[in-house]
Amino acid sequence: MSFVEYSDFIQDGDVAIVYLGHESLMPVKVQQGAQTQTRYGVIRHSTDLIGQRYGSKVTCSKGGWVHVLHPTPELWTVSLPHRTQILYTTDIATITMMLELKPGSVVCESGTGSGSLSHAILRTIAPTGHLHTVEFHQQRAEKAAEEFKEHRVDHLVTVRNQDVCQDGFGVSGVADAVFLDIPSPWEAVKHAKTAMKRQGGRVCSFSPCIEQVQRTCEALADQGFEEINTVEVLLRVHDVRTVSLPLPDFGPDSSAQTEPDAAEKAPPASAPVQTSVSLKTTTPPREIPGHTGYLTFATKPRT
Amino acid sequence: MADNGDEDSQYRIKQGDYVVLKRGNIFKAVQIQPKKKVIFEKQWFFLDGAVGNFYSTTFEIVSGALQPQKLKNTDSFTDAKEAGTDNRNIVDDGKSQKLTRDDIEDLKEKGLEGQEIIQHLIDNSSTFKDKTEYAQDKYIKKKKKKYENTVTIVRPSCRILAMMYHGREPGKICHLRYDTLAQMLTLANIHAGSKVLVFDTCAGLVLGAVMERMGGYGSVIQMYPGGEPVRAGMESFGFPAHFHDMLHGFPICRVNALLAGTLDTTAKDPSADVKQSNVAAEDGRKQPEAEQQSSPQEQSMETSSGADGGHDQEKEEKEKRREAKAQERLVKLEEKRKKLAAAAALLEGRNADGLVIASRFHPCPVVMGLLPFLAPSRPFVVYSQYKEPLIECYNKLKEHGGAVSLRLTDTWLRHYQVLPNRTHPLLLMSGGGGYLLSGTTVATDRAKPAGSQRAEEPAPKRLKLTDTEG
Repeated sequence: MSFVEYSDFIQDGDVAIVYLGHESLMPVKVQQGAQTQTRYGVIRHSTDLIGQRYGSKVTCSKGGWVHVLHPTPELWTVSLPHRTQILYTTDIATITMMLELKPGSVVCESGTGSGSLSHAILRTIAPTGHLHTVEFHQQRAEKAAEEFKEHRVDHLVTVRNQDVCQDGFGVSGVADAVFLDIPSPWEAVKHAKTAMKRQGGRVCSFSPCIEQVQRTCEALADQGFEEINTVEVLLRVHDVRTVSLPLPDFGPDSSAQTEPDAAEKAPPASAPVQTSVSLKTTTPPREIPGHTGYLTFATKPRT
Repeated sequence: MADNGDEDSQYRIKQGDYVVLKRGNIFKAVQIQPKKKVIFEKQWFFLDGAVGNFYSTTFEIVSGALQPQKLKNTDSFTDAKEAGTDNRNIVDDGKSQKLTRDDIEDLKEKGLEGQEIIQHLIDNSSTFKDKTEYAQDKYIKKKKKKYENTVTIVRPSCRILAMMYHGREPGKICHLRYDTLAQMLTLANIHAGSKVLVFDTCAGLVLGAVMERMGGYGSVIQMYPGGEPVRAGMESFGFPAHFHDMLHGFPICRVNALLAGTLDTTAKDPSADVKQSNVAAEDGRKQPEAEQQSSPQEQSMETSSGADGGHDQEKEEKEKRREAKAQERLVKLEEKRKKLAAAAALLEGRNADGLVIASRFHPCPVVMGLLPFLAPSRPFVVYSQYKEPLIECYNKLKEHGGAVSLRLTDTWLRHYQVLPNRTHPLLLMSGGGGYLLSGTTVATDRAKPAGSQRAEEPAPKRLKLTDTEG
């Protein structure tokens, strides 16, 4: 198991994702002899997990069952322990494409936060790229480094505990792409430029407030960035439902009698007339995240 | 700059490169070829002038040739910084511009550059001075778009090609919007070293996007309908040669045979090869090449054209040509057979790591037909321009089992104008970018029929699930 390479079987030391049901997942560190409590009962790692195939159904002690999945950055995003507000898959996907990330890309990121985006970046730039991630909160930086190791991606990432607005990314002239998710991104724009390759690259800043976007765009233009473009992307989930729609009863229809066929087909008054139709459709969730943040992209030209 | 010229060589435009022409938000993919004339935004020019320059260089089009733009536009229009405060005095009487269409054409013929023409337009506009500063900016921007004759040459990438196709030929890619493609690549966990199945009737754009994300590591099996896989979109990425080694093709008309274990890829005798090619090469373009029936027609055409003399000699030559053609055909068939066998071998393990479907076909049979090739605990994603078939697909998968975490989604994308005191969403936005159904495969108990899945679920789980699920 690694976040950048699939394996078929669960092994001691892996991180597996237990799928309990719709949108309910939990990460589990697989350890010989350990047990994990779920709402369906206990999972015994030695017998229920180790040696099993990823994707298997595991029966818990209370008789209920769960599926054990191979970790992916996307499953991690919806199951990771939150230490900060995190980026979700919809924004991550857009960022990954618009930053033109691919195997071999060198990326700078700040802040690391809970590492939701970091894992997705690492997946995409492996096996030859590198991520320089900067986090000003010491504990968060340490915790992230620990997770990268557990997820076997530590060879692809350097975690630095410093303030990007003051100290930059700790590298210069190496990055193909820079991502900023900090309170005052405009203060880090010049550091982003320094970190990037002389030949150019892409930058993205994520900010929840439009005032932040305004100042960041000004800073980007001042620093000579081109193709400055701000977008907002939202996920719309369509819950699939089978619904039943009642049919209204307008009483006997005299005009129908003019057509002998229709009259014949009409069931006798005593039999139940069809009162509803069943329909497969979708409904929107009652409430959805209506705003995450604005994504501002720009291109650093060759300098 | 001169100190590391070698390192820079990979950033220069070379003969034969696949590149993208860019002006504003308009893109066009072309290949750099000697003396190749291209038409872009109603202007024609040759690409030769671009060779040797760096990518992302902006060129001026000067009488059909590309010349690197010397200076960046200084934006120094109008020396008079006069501006109105509002539009109360501006009347649309069609008389504000004194230059006529012919005047402008004259200016163009005199060889004036875009910038100079715009200056003339401003000087001859009676209302420009009364416009607000913002309106003046807008006016200049609009005119620039019309009269500027520059083009930027950029390196192709998934971002650029997805935006290009969506802007120019959305019909060719089933109206797949770029952000939707971005979701697909992420939801399917596309990464280096995996084995991914792609079913793409989006001109090969999705295939190219998947290959870019895999960086030449791992394998991609393109499952294609009809006789030949469509790969034009993929070609536009201009991948290095070794990327093509990881790409395999498998015609979907042989999927059933493969699943049933009756696919024969070991055929050695030519008759079997021909038979095979008949199945593989279904489309009209390839068929005449592979089949013998086409030769009589060919013959009659040729005899009629050369009826008046040199009959024997011509016949002989024709015979020779036909033999050479037949030989060539055999070699090609053998190659094709080998490739098919290689793709079949990759599929046979039924252990692919990802499945990406983006097609104009009904997604239901495509998903049900290709899902068996995935290993358990692997993501899949299905694109459709329409929601209803994905609803059907969702229900079918629920019924059939073998997949969890099913989700039907689409994304909403909005661009912003960000300017001091004038920040707002753009007035126009895309109404929809298509729908996605995504999920993860899980192990099924193969001994039991899929239909019995529901019945075997233990009671406590069912009861508890009802309040969490849905």
